[in-house]
Amino acid sequence: MWRSFAHGVHVDGNKSLAADAVIREILPGKIVAYPLAQHIGRPASPIVSEGERVLVGQTIAQASAPVSADVVCAVSGTVKRVGAFLGVRGEMVDAIVVENDEQYETVENFGQHRDYTQLSPNEIRDLIKAAGIVGLGGAGFPTHIKLNPPEPEKIDTIIANGVECEPYLTTDYRLMMEQPEKIIRGLHIILSMFPNAKAVIAIEKNKPEAIRLLTEKVKNEPRISVAALKTKYPEGDERMLIHAVTGRYIHSAQLPAAVGCLVDNIATVVAIDEAVCDGLPLTHRVVTVSGDAVNEPCNLRVACGDLYSHVIEEAGGFKGEPKKVISGGPMMGLALFSLEIPVVKTSSCILAFAEDEVEESKTTACIHCGRCLRACPELLVPRSMHAAAQAEDFERFMALNGMECIECGSCTFVCPAKIPLTQSFQYARRKTKALLQVKTTKESGGEK
Amino acid sequence: MTEKIHVSSAPHIRCDVTTARIMHDVIIALLPCGVCGVYLFGWRALWVMLTSVVTCVLTEYLFQKGMKRPVTVTDGSAIVTGLLLAYCMPASVPLYIPVLGGVFAILVVKQLFGGIGQNIMNPALAARCFLVISFAGRMTAYPFLRTVQPPVDLVSSATPLMDLKAGQAVDLWHMFLGTHSGCLGETSVAAVLIGAAYLFFRRVITWHIPVAYIGSTLVFCGVFAAFKGAVPADMTMATYLVAQACGGGLALGAFFMATDYVTCPITNGGRLVYGVLLGFLTAVFRVLGKSAEGVSFAIIIVNLLVPLIEKITMPRAFGKGGRAK
Repeated sequence: MWRSFAHGVHVDGNKSLAADAVIREILPGKIVAYPLAQHIGRPASPIVSEGERVLVGQTIAQASAPVSADVVCAVSGTVKRVGAFLGVRGEMVDAIVVENDEQYETVENFGQHRDYTQLSPNEIRDLIKAAGIVGLGGAGFPTHIKLNPPEPEKIDTIIANGVECEPYLTTDYRLMMEQPEKIIRGLHIILSMFPNAKAVIAIEKNKPEAIRLLTEKVKNEPRISVAALKTKYPEGDERMLIHAVTGRYIHSAQLPAAVGCLVDNIATVVAIDEAVCDGLPLTHRVVTVSGDAVNEPCNLRVACGDLYSHVIEEAGGFKGEPKKVISGGPMMGLALFSLEIPVVKTSSCILAFAEDEVEESKTTACIHCGRCLRACPELLVPRSMHAAAQAEDFERFMALNGMECIECGSCTFVCPAKIPLTQSFQYARRKTKALLQVKTTKESGGEK
Repeated sequence: MTEKIHVSSAPHIRCDVTTARIMHDVIIALLPCGVCGVYLFGWRALWVMLTSVVTCVLTEYLFQKGMKRPVTVTDGSAIVTGLLLAYCMPASVPLYIPVLGGVFAILVVKQLFGGIGQNIMNPALAARCFLVISFAGRMTAYPFLRTVQPPVDLVSSATPLMDLKAGQAVDLWHMFLGTHSGCLGETSVAAVLIGAAYLFFRRVITWHIPVAYIGSTLVFCGVFAAFKGAVPADMTMATYLVAQACGGGLALGAFFMATDYVTCPITNGGRLVYGVLLGFLTAVFRVLGKSAEGVSFAIIIVNLLVPLIEKITMPRAFGKGGRAK
C-alpha cells in the first residue's frame, strides 16, 4: 500500500505539458515591483526611498515584527516609488517599484560561499531571515520562524514537500530532477539544527523519475529517506502530508511542531541551501507557465518582482485569446483580470486556459449525494457548511468545524450540481474570523 | 484582452459528473428491469411505464412553467421517478392509476416540497403507497405471467411472498429470474443485479445501504420467523431467507429506492444505520404484519428519520479525532 490520507480527489494532473521542460532563466523586464506583504504576518517596512539606487541582493524592506520577512531586490536600478501597485488578488497593495537599469550590479558579499557545518543554528536562522525566505509552496510562512520551534529537540521528522499535487505545476518536479544535490544539502542544513530529526522527501508516485533519482541520491544518507505517496489531491497540504508520512493528525490551531514535524517545500529547501551555502538571497523562484492557451508550456526561473505580462511574453506568449488566466494551480489558484502584477515569492504557476470550465458548468440544486463529504480531506460536511454560510449563520458554520476548511476545492471539484462551495466557505471563513476578532476586542474592552 | 478574461473563485476545474449524468446512469441501470417486465408481462407493461414516465415529466414541466420557475425536466430525475413508480405496480392496472401516481409523486411529494433535492420521501414510493391505499384491489391484483389483456378484472395469482406467508414452499430459481407474478419491474432479481452492477461500476451508489438493508432484513426475518414459526414446513431456514431476499420489492428497493440520494443519509455511518432500520421495519411488516410486503412502507417511514440519523452520524473533523475511512 502507498501511504496517503483519507478522502481527497483524483484530478487529472496535466503535468506532462511542462514536466520535461528544463528550467530556463529569464531576465526581468524594465519595471519590477515588490509588494511588502508576500508572506503570512506583518508586511515588511520599506528601508529605501524614492530615487534611491538599489543593487542586486540589497534588502529593500525589512521584517517589521517577529512574524514577518525581509524583501530582497533582484535587479539594480532606481526606486521609482514606494506606494500602491496592483496585487494578485486584484486590489492595490503597498509595494516598492524599481526601474531596472539592466546592469545587475550586486551588493558586496553577494554569492559568498560558506560552510554550513561551521555555523550555529542561530547563525543559520539569521542567514535565512536575511535572505527573506518564506514557504514557497504557497502559504508564505516565514521560514526562520518555522525553523525556530519552542523545543527543537522534540522535532523528529523534517518533511521536504515534493508532492506538488496541484495539476499543471511542475516547478518542484524540475527542481528535484535538476538540483537533487541542493535539496539534500538543504536538508542537511535543517537537520543540523534538529539533532533528533530525520528528513523525509515526500513525492507522489506520479513522479516516478524523481522518486528513482532521489532514492538513488539518498542511498548513503542515514538521516534522509524518500517516501513515495499515493497520487491524490490535496496531499501537498501540510496537515494531509504529515498524516500521510507519519500517521499523525493536527488541526487548524496546531502547528506541525506540535506533533514533532516540520514541513518545508522543495523550493524552500533549495532556497535555504542557496542562502546559506551560496550566499544568494531569495530573489528568484521557479514558475511553471502552462495551460492550453500558452504556446510553449515551460518552467522559468523568474526574478521576484517581474511582471506576469513580461513572464508570459518571455515564455512564448498566448495561443490566441485566453478565457482565463490563473495565478497558481487550477484547484486553489487566483483568477486574474490583469497581468500587470508582480511575481512574488509564493507565485508558483501562471496558467492560461482557452476555455473556462466554470463558466460552462451550470449550478443546479443540491441532490444530497454526499460526494462533497466523501471528498473533504478535513472530514467536514461541505453541504451543511454551505447551507450555514448561505444563511449567514456563522455560529453554525463554526460548529460544523468550518474553520478547519483548508479551501482546497475538492468538494467543489466533485459536486455534480456544480455548486461553488469553496467560494461560499472563503466568504464564511473571512466573516467568521472578523466576527471572532470583534468578539475578542469587545471582551477585552469589557474587562477594562 | 482584459475585457474578455474571466474571473471566478477557485477551483477552476470541475469533474465531468453532473446531476443529469447521474440520473441518466440510473435510467440506464433501470432498463434491464423494464425489459424483463415487458418480457414477463407483455406489451401492457410498456404502456404502464410510458404512461407513468410521461405523466411525471409533464407534471414537472407544467408545474415549473406555471410557477415561473426554471424548468429542470432535462435533468432526468422525473424519468427516474416515473420508471420506479411503474416498476412497483402490477402490469394489469388501468392507465389512470400511473397517471394519478405520477401526478402525486411529482406534484405533491417532490415539487410542493421545493423540487429536486428537497423532497422528504422517495416520490415514487410515496406515490405507490398512496395508490395502494386508494386502490388496494387494483394495486395488489397481480396478473399471471404473460396474461395481461386489458382491461383485466381482478383475476390474480399469488406472489411468492404471499405463498410464503401462507406457509407454502416457493421455487427459488423462479424467484431469482423473476418468472412469477408480481409488480412489473421488481420480480426479477437477476435484472436488478445487472442494473445495480452498472450503478456500482459508475460509482453512483455505495455498498453501504444495499448491504446493510438486505443483510439486516435477512437477520430480522430469520429471528422473527424462528420466533413465530413462520418457515413453511418443506423449507429450511436458509431457503426461506433466500426466498425473502429475492421476494417482493426488496432487491429493487435496496439498490434503487433506498439509495435515492435525496432521501438517504450522506454519511457512510448514517447509511449503515439507515439500512439496518429499513431491514428491521421490512422484517416486521413481512413476518409479523398482516401483509406479505413491507419494502415501500419501510422506506418511506425511514426516509423521515434521515435528518436524525445524519445528526448522530456526523463525521468528526480531521485533527479533532476524525478517523473516517
